[in-house]
Amino acid sequence: MDNLLAQLPALQVVVPFLTVPLVMLLKPRGFAWLAATATSVVCFAIAIAMTSAILQGAPLTYAMGGWPAPFGIALAVDAFSALLLLVITGASTLTLIGARASIDSQITDARQPLFYAAWLLALTGLSGIVVTADAFNIFVFMEISSLASYVLISGGPDRRALPSVFKYLVMGTIGATFYLIGVGLVYMMTGTLNLADMEARVHEVGDQSPILVAAGFITVGLALKAAVFPLHAWLPNAYTFAPHAVTAFLAACATKVALYVLIRFDFLVFQPNLVGHDTQFAYFLMPLAVLAIVVASAVALFERNLKRLLAYSSVAQIGYIMLGASLVNDAGLTASVVHIFNHALAKGALFLTVMALAMRFGDVSLDQLAGAARRAPWTMAAFVVAALSLIGVPGTAGFISKWYLVMAALDEGWLAIPLIATIAAGSLLAVAYVWRIIECTYFAPADGTEPTGHVPPLVTGVVLIAATANVYFGIFTALPTTLAAEAALALQEALP
Amino acid sequence: MLELLGYYNYWVFAVLLMVGLYAVITRGNLIKKLLGLSIFQSAVFLMYITMDKVAGGTAPILQPDLPDQIYSNPLPQVLILTAIVVGVSTTALGLALVVRIRETYGTVEEAEIYEQDARG
Repeated sequence: MDNLLAQLPALQVVVPFLTVPLVMLLKPRGFAWLAATATSVVCFAIAIAMTSAILQGAPLTYAMGGWPAPFGIALAVDAFSALLLLVITGASTLTLIGARASIDSQITDARQPLFYAAWLLALTGLSGIVVTADAFNIFVFMEISSLASYVLISGGPDRRALPSVFKYLVMGTIGATFYLIGVGLVYMMTGTLNLADMEARVHEVGDQSPILVAAGFITVGLALKAAVFPLHAWLPNAYTFAPHAVTAFLAACATKVALYVLIRFDFLVFQPNLVGHDTQFAYFLMPLAVLAIVVASAVALFERNLKRLLAYSSVAQIGYIMLGASLVNDAGLTASVVHIFNHALAKGALFLTVMALAMRFGDVSLDQLAGAARRAPWTMAAFVVAALSLIGVPGTAGFISKWYLVMAALDEGWLAIPLIATIAAGSLLAVAYVWRIIECTYFAPADGTEPTGHVPPLVTGVVLIAATANVYFGIFTALPTTLAAEAALALQEALP
Repeated sequence: MLELLGYYNYWVFAVLLMVGLYAVITRGNLIKKLLGLSIFQSAVFLMYITMDKVAGGTAPILQPDLPDQIYSNPLPQVLILTAIVVGVSTTALGLALVVRIRETYGTVEEAEIYEQDARG
């Protein structure tokens, strides 16, 4: 058993990767879905097994091909990566289980095996970023996941997805290339690609200016990938026009993984080594985070399309995550990591309900959804629960991370007042845009025509499970908060 | 002055990077945007290739009869080989997207595409 445990970090990546060619060959209807879902379930099980090992206090490392770090590529799973792995594999599994009918209606039969293959490649890339401890390996996995996401997003029937994906491809590639330049500069000065080794060697570098430039390139590049305001221009359209199942999957984890790399790289390599980097980091990201929360929430208030509204709300939520990190202290980092988990829960659940609503009503503009609650009471009930979690109402997961964030902000002296005002304003704006949806779906009179779509019970079941998870983790908070506290501690250790 | 000229490769890197980025931002034609993106990525390839060069170094093949031989660093070359593959795949995917955009919209000009979408 211990032997198997030691192999799990590699299996997390290898299992979905090796299933890709198999899935591509499964032409008969339904088989590709079955294989992809089964693989995703196995990945989720691996993530759970690794998390339980880490909760017992043993971080996992794996030397690829038996070459020890820093010469070989090392995989390392700690509390932070375990939390992200749970989010990635959980979102993929839950979405795949519920998404078959939706994908059947949006993707032609002939292209489905390729679609599921791209899904597994995205899963491989996202898990790979999180398990690896090698800076260049992160780049490769990032591009695997990005290329697969471009394919997934452009796979739907809406032609407007194509220009949106093109924009995403251009911006995503610029972001990845910036990251590559940064890694190159650090390698040039330190001669290593292993993150832990980098941390030790950046100390010894005489001239710090290339490292400073590298910090700039890496931060901006990853901010592009993570859609940190104002680099979020690709996100709303890409999320709106993607197939509904893809939106549910990617909204839950794609941007979070880029944030993970941003936080990990910055706190491990740059914060302890560059003079004054903590204030530069805070001065750069805190205003952007505040603007993201206020501006993106305000834009969401005026959107008529439900998917686009939720996409702008995602930009705002990324702001909360950045706000926690930009405080550069233990409490802030904990809040940030908990919010990565809780926002994935809320947004994943919301986009799953959008998927169910789209199957029933055909379109998800607010006009089309007038009176929807009477026709799809369970789905809308799940929507309301997830939306409450998004706002941060006590008893839901979203409340926990907002609570941590407010507590972290209170330590900041005079800065506490504007920060807490921002968090409050963001939450009030969230109340307003969620209320618009509820008003429309619960209180507006429905137009006469009965919608033709049909929602299989499996989809409703998945939606209800996702909503229940939001309540569960709002009451039993031990898992995300323990992992986040451990992650913050590990990130903090490097700080002077 | 001579010292600045000695960084010739890095100057080319910076110029290529900016030329590529400029093309991506200013051109409205999707093919030209992709060309810019390729130039932008190639600039980084040049940076990696430049930094592995050791003065007087030769190809990194171990020669037992020459113990004092200096070798160039092979690692950045291997890294950039991977990055080139990534770049090629990105360009290929981008071109495939342009083909489909052309099929559905009948144009590869960004302005015309948005105009068609705005009309619904």
